[in-house]
Amino acid sequence: MSQHTPVEETGFGKKASGPVEWLDNRLGLASMAKKNIRKVFPDHWSFLLGEIALYSFIVLLLTGTFLTLWFQPSMAEVNYQGAYAPLRGVEMSQAFASTLDISFEVRGGLLIRQIHHWAAALFIAAMIAHMLRVFFTGAYRKPREINWLIGIGLMTLGLIEGFAGYSLPDDLLSGTGLRFVDGMIRSIPIVGSYVEFFLFGGEFPGDIIIPRLYMAHILLIPALLLGLIGAHMLLLVYHKHTQWPGPGRTEENVVGFPVLPVYAAKAGGFFFVVFGFTALMGAFFQINPIWSYGPYNPSEVTAGSQPDWYMGFVEGAIRIMPNWESTIFGWTFSWNIAIPGLGLMGLLFTALGAWPFVEKWITGDDRDHHLLQRPRNAPVRTAFGVAGMTCYAMFWIAGGNDIIATQFHLSINTITWFCRFAVFIAPVIAFIITKRICLGLQHKDKESLLHGYETGIIERSPDGGYVERHAPLPSNRQYALTTHDRLPVLEDPRTEDINGIPNPSSRKEKLLARARQFYFGDVVDKPTVNEVEEAHHHLGDHTGHEITAGGDEFQGVSEAGIPKTH
Amino acid sequence: MSESHDNEHDADMVPSEPISNPGLPEHLPRPTDVYPEAERRAERQVAGMFGLAGVLFFAFCVFYFVVDKDDVFLGWSALNVALGSTLGFGLLLIGLGAAQWAKKLMSDHEMVEMRHPVASPPEDRAATLAALNAGISESGFARRPLIRNTLLGSMGLLGLPAIVLLRDLGPLPHGQFETVWKKGMRVVTDVSGAPIKPGDIEVGQLINAEPAILFELDADGERVLHGTEALQAKAKAAVIVVRMRPEDITPSKRSANWGIDGILCYSKICTHVGCPISLWEQQTHHLLCPCHQSTFDLADNGKVIFGPAHRPLPQLPLALDSEGYLIAVSDFPDTVAPSFPEIARGPK
Repeated sequence: MSQHTPVEETGFGKKASGPVEWLDNRLGLASMAKKNIRKVFPDHWSFLLGEIALYSFIVLLLTGTFLTLWFQPSMAEVNYQGAYAPLRGVEMSQAFASTLDISFEVRGGLLIRQIHHWAAALFIAAMIAHMLRVFFTGAYRKPREINWLIGIGLMTLGLIEGFAGYSLPDDLLSGTGLRFVDGMIRSIPIVGSYVEFFLFGGEFPGDIIIPRLYMAHILLIPALLLGLIGAHMLLLVYHKHTQWPGPGRTEENVVGFPVLPVYAAKAGGFFFVVFGFTALMGAFFQINPIWSYGPYNPSEVTAGSQPDWYMGFVEGAIRIMPNWESTIFGWTFSWNIAIPGLGLMGLLFTALGAWPFVEKWITGDDRDHHLLQRPRNAPVRTAFGVAGMTCYAMFWIAGGNDIIATQFHLSINTITWFCRFAVFIAPVIAFIITKRICLGLQHKDKESLLHGYETGIIERSPDGGYVERHAPLPSNRQYALTTHDRLPVLEDPRTEDINGIPNPSSRKEKLLARARQFYFGDVVDKPTVNEVEEAHHHLGDHTGHEITAGGDEFQGVSEAGIPKTH
Repeated sequence: MSESHDNEHDADMVPSEPISNPGLPEHLPRPTDVYPEAERRAERQVAGMFGLAGVLFFAFCVFYFVVDKDDVFLGWSALNVALGSTLGFGLLLIGLGAAQWAKKLMSDHEMVEMRHPVASPPEDRAATLAALNAGISESGFARRPLIRNTLLGSMGLLGLPAIVLLRDLGPLPHGQFETVWKKGMRVVTDVSGAPIKPGDIEVGQLINAEPAILFELDADGERVLHGTEALQAKAKAAVIVVRMRPEDITPSKRSANWGIDGILCYSKICTHVGCPISLWEQQTHHLLCPCHQSTFDLADNGKVIFGPAHRPLPQLPLALDSEGYLIAVSDFPDTVAPSFPEIARGPK
């Protein structure tokens, strides 16, 4: 560490002491700031995903504020006489007309609109990627379960916020989306009609849904998002960030760089990178060209109507659901819409929210965890995650069945039938394959730990056999491969106690034992102390004598495959 | 799981690790730490990026005033490209400059900070519980059930005004079973509002149509239905008129006389979630919804033959008026648009 000049002697110290004293006399922040100005954060590329979500949210706030200066959330009918010639004289809502004005009359308005829409797509994508990172590395484990739940809340709100936002321009595509939501609301059992009439202020489309969505989009949901993001960040600071295990990195410490100056520069700079990236997207890639869709008209639609990407899985579920509808005691239940539309999202977010607690019940692990797990070292969790992603992907593909059919000249009915089965079968296949890959990688880790890496040196034995020489991995690598937890010993459930009295909770314990067997059953444990000692002793036999290979200086390759020469 | 079971489980873990922690690796200096020329080069790079960003932001302002809104550049809006690329590259350069500064010039010595336990010390927890207990017992919340229960009751009832206030969000459901179609209303094309004669339609043709009321003008020359009312009417009353060979059609008993020489009129609004349907396969007489691919057989009473829709497409009975134009015999005998809970209790 470089030595710093004592603060009183620096120019900064002389200048800052006055203002710092003035502020601290009034706010008393120094005792909190002294800990946090040099707070340490660990470094890894995957930690950037959440940052992308945060920064794209800030971009959304900035660009969204700009858009509100011109946008008029009104469904009142106007006769358009603006700058876009093809639509002059057309009757449309003020919302649509003012969106045209933002796009064609306000200089830079189109750019900001497009940045806003791209940033929204990025916001949701980054949240999902961040959530998958947290899931696959086990970062949600105790003490971070509440932050995981807050994250799910953020994602749910993000989806609603995105939908509300792209409904606002009142164009043909977004109106079709609202019609879809209207159908979904009608499918709410028993009270569907009431919810529809209250929400739309009458029959679809009514004249008030755009102002109401506008209120939700610019006030209600952003306020909730801001509050939850604040809580998410506060908990992150309080818990301190998780880190990857490695030499010198333990459950008790955080190894990394200080907020000031390194993360102030890196994270602050990354905000500008995200903003710059979305600005370039807005400059070069058209998104949501509402003028080519035209104003909303409930008797028109274009083929290939698609929602924004993050609604694709619900759209797909709606498309492939069989057409079940039943009438019970005079009430009609539209299962064909309620199950995929309302049930699927509920199921997804419930499963995500419950997972940390289900896993804790299975593993019985009540310790705090600050070190991340490699996905391979939790094969069942990883396989579950990939199965979930596969299921999501199948629904998403189903949401684009018409596009796939026209692009690849396939029968749309075949694709629909394929997806109807694929959403159930593909996740099972994905689960099996992923688990096998994880176990294979675990075997490989154990193998390279016990038998070393291949040096590329072939030796001939006196009796003519050829063997490749192995060398032990450097100790840093060896340590990194053994930082994960050893497997628990799986016990049979106790059906009776030592006195032969039946265990009253034996059914629950049997279930738990089965779950533990499923979760830990095939997992490869890391080698024991004895195994490692024995293996290294064995490896040492070979590395004992140097190779003398005439003029050839080749001394094998390093563990990274780089040739070593003397 | 019981507490004792937990402890047993912990005891099962083998405590000793095969490889001991070798500790933090040694810090390796970067070129910028060792060679002054590398350090100066990095400094120039960072300052260069920041400086160029400033130039781009200035260029943004110049373009804002210089480029015309209608100028086109390679098929794109020139203004959008000029503003977006100067702003975007400028922001990107600030971000990359800051990252370069951090990576090359700021200290890269890793620091170690110890974690604190997440839980508060046990004595703090005990003190919190004691304080809570003192507060609750001083309030007499537990000892005075009358106060407690009346308070809880009134707080519960406070929920009622909050719900009642929302009553005027919208009217109670009404009119879901009716559309603007009625006996004698002409079927007109949806573009021009022109009435349709059977002779205008060829076999295999599909015409998007609307009820004539959507084009009617009142005494002042204003449309009778406009704005939201017109949209609400369209959302239920839009129809398609198709002509098939009469021998291809297999009408049900009640709909036997709803068509004219193979001309049939169906609701255009999908019974699934209400998309307007108009993808017409004239050879198979199938009508496909572009939103969710529900497929209806128009030769067979609008029956659902594929996709998520449940109810057949409602048909509008047709007749001819004295001038020979297509008119409706009545409103739709079946309810149009997506299903809703009360649909089976309808007046029809």
